[in-house]
Amino acid sequence: MFVATASVDCRGAAAGAGRRLPRKRDYPGRVILGIDTSLGTAVAVVEDDGLVRAEASSDNPLGHAEVIGDLLQRVLADAALGPIGATLAPGAVAVTYVASGMGPGPFTGLRVGIAAARAFALGRGVPVIPVPSHDAVALGILLDEAMTDAASTRFAVVTDARRKEFAFTVYEGLDDDGLPVRVTEPALVPRDDLDGVLEALGAHRRDAASVSASMLALAAARALAAGRELATSEPLYLRAPDVTLPAGPKRVTA
Amino acid sequence: MNRAEPLVLGIETSCDETGIGIVRGRALLSNTIASSMDEHARYGGVVPEVAARAHLEALQPAIEAALTEASVRLEDLDAIAVTSGPGLAGALMVGVGAAKALAVSLGKPLYAVNHLVGHIAADLLTGDEVEYPTVALLVSGGHTSLLLVRDLTSDVELLGETMDDAAGEAFDKIARILGLPYPGGPEIDRAAASGDPDAIRFPRGLSRASDMAKHRYDFSFSGLKTAVARWIEQRQAEGEPVPVADVAASFREAVVDVLVTKALAACAAHGVPRLLLGGGVIANRRLRESALARGAEAGVAVRIPPLSLCTDNGAMIAALASQLIVSGRRASTLAFGADSTLPVTEIQIAEQVTA
Ligand SMILES: [Zn+2]
Repeated sequence: MFVATASVDCRGAAAGAGRRLPRKRDYPGRVILGIDTSLGTAVAVVEDDGLVRAEASSDNPLGHAEVIGDLLQRVLADAALGPIGATLAPGAVAVTYVASGMGPGPFTGLRVGIAAARAFALGRGVPVIPVPSHDAVALGILLDEAMTDAASTRFAVVTDARRKEFAFTVYEGLDDDGLPVRVTEPALVPRDDLDGVLEALGAHRRDAASVSASMLALAAARALAAGRELATSEPLYLRAPDVTLPAGPKRVTA
Repeated sequence: MNRAEPLVLGIETSCDETGIGIVRGRALLSNTIASSMDEHARYGGVVPEVAARAHLEALQPAIEAALTEASVRLEDLDAIAVTSGPGLAGALMVGVGAAKALAVSLGKPLYAVNHLVGHIAADLLTGDEVEYPTVALLVSGGHTSLLLVRDLTSDVELLGETMDDAAGEAFDKIARILGLPYPGGPEIDRAAASGDPDAIRFPRGLSRASDMAKHRYDFSFSGLKTAVARWIEQRQAEGEPVPVADVAASFREAVVDVLVTKALAACAAHGVPRLLLGGGVIANRRLRESALARGAEAGVAVRIPPLSLCTDNGAMIAALASQLIVSGRRASTLAFGADSTLPVTEIQIAEQVTA
């Protein structure tokens, strides 16, 4: 049910790869726990230079509340073993920040991750760094492009928003802080209108079926390093609660 | 872990109250509640998405407030407890997600428990000696259940429940028909104060002899609701004014009568001279008075915890987990979810099997 990958080094993929920090015996500084439940459920423990200590995810678009606890326990245990090839004795992971994917995404699942991020941070007495979930997808795309020298073009991260709508955010390249440049803020669009909207914005469509918690945590690390905030603490619902005001009591007699 | 008097933090998010409770054994240290009731008022009932959003925003401040009030630190806790169900699925999931992450973060055991049995456990926090077996009548906007509790942590039987609306919902709907605001319970109570409970004979649901075989302890309020609406419409059609006080009092009497009659019938049938009341509708004065008076006549001791422990709260969830710990139960695994229709027989969810 889970996909788990421990200790993948993606530092080389970082746009600012020259900023790579030397490994020290103890933790180099920030250790960020990333949690995103905007699509599936994804968690990761990442050091602030991009070293992924552990990640685990479930692609099930439901069942976030069922899996979140085991996934968290698993990445913390995996991360404690240290990066691949480490000769240091394993030690408990001192998480210093929790990156929380704020959506957009189906509300019920999205909330599980945000609630978990806030509660975990409360338990450890560390801050929550809110990150738009699409930023994580965009960062992954842009780091891949940097690896393959693909020409950077304007693109839209597109995710399912249910109710015949897509959520999309348009990006173009990485800025000096190594963060994806948002051209538009996350928004909803009827499915049939998406391609027309993206054409008008000159953006390629990049559909995402999952969000990487490692990329989410890395985006948070870069925002922290740059002293920037990527999102407010409000979930990106983009839609008011679906309620209709009562029309008054219905007649029961004909 | 202190198994004699465990320090437990309970998280309850099954409906529209975000409840955080902290107990040490049977001692109540904090019963912190953040309600989103005001946000639902303009819709005339609890809107699940509104409730779930409110839980997410209220949880962290409520936990912090509870810790402050109880003068304990998170690291002092012996365990975390959370409502797994029954309740609104999206609302429950907020609490479950938070509880799991908090437990993993702190490295503390987690107990996933049943909301309805939590209502019964609330009685332990009154400081009185509590005896079992007892019949329990739990009435709120979300549930109407009649239970036989032989043992709080191991043997709770569902005798009956509502087939349609919860009693609290019936109050809300009749209030709306009478043009009274939400929530309906206190409004009906107020309107009924000057009314005659015997003015109109409204039907008692599932109370006919023919109902006794299958639905002896079940409830139904939809027929009553229709009867009240029809009576008012007839009155209006005849150009007569609607006597709001009499309608409210007579409706309330019909609800209270059927609740108390069935609860005392269960006590008699099972030879249990104890009845525990729980749930937000216990705030209804007529229900309390009727249960106490008719219970006394029938030789049944009626227990009514303070209202703050009757409405949905986290203290009752913590109290139930505390009793589970005292009785030697292992913690839950982390692999449970929100179960909106969790049966009352499942007192603890996903208890670990012995290694
Ligand atoms: Zn309740």
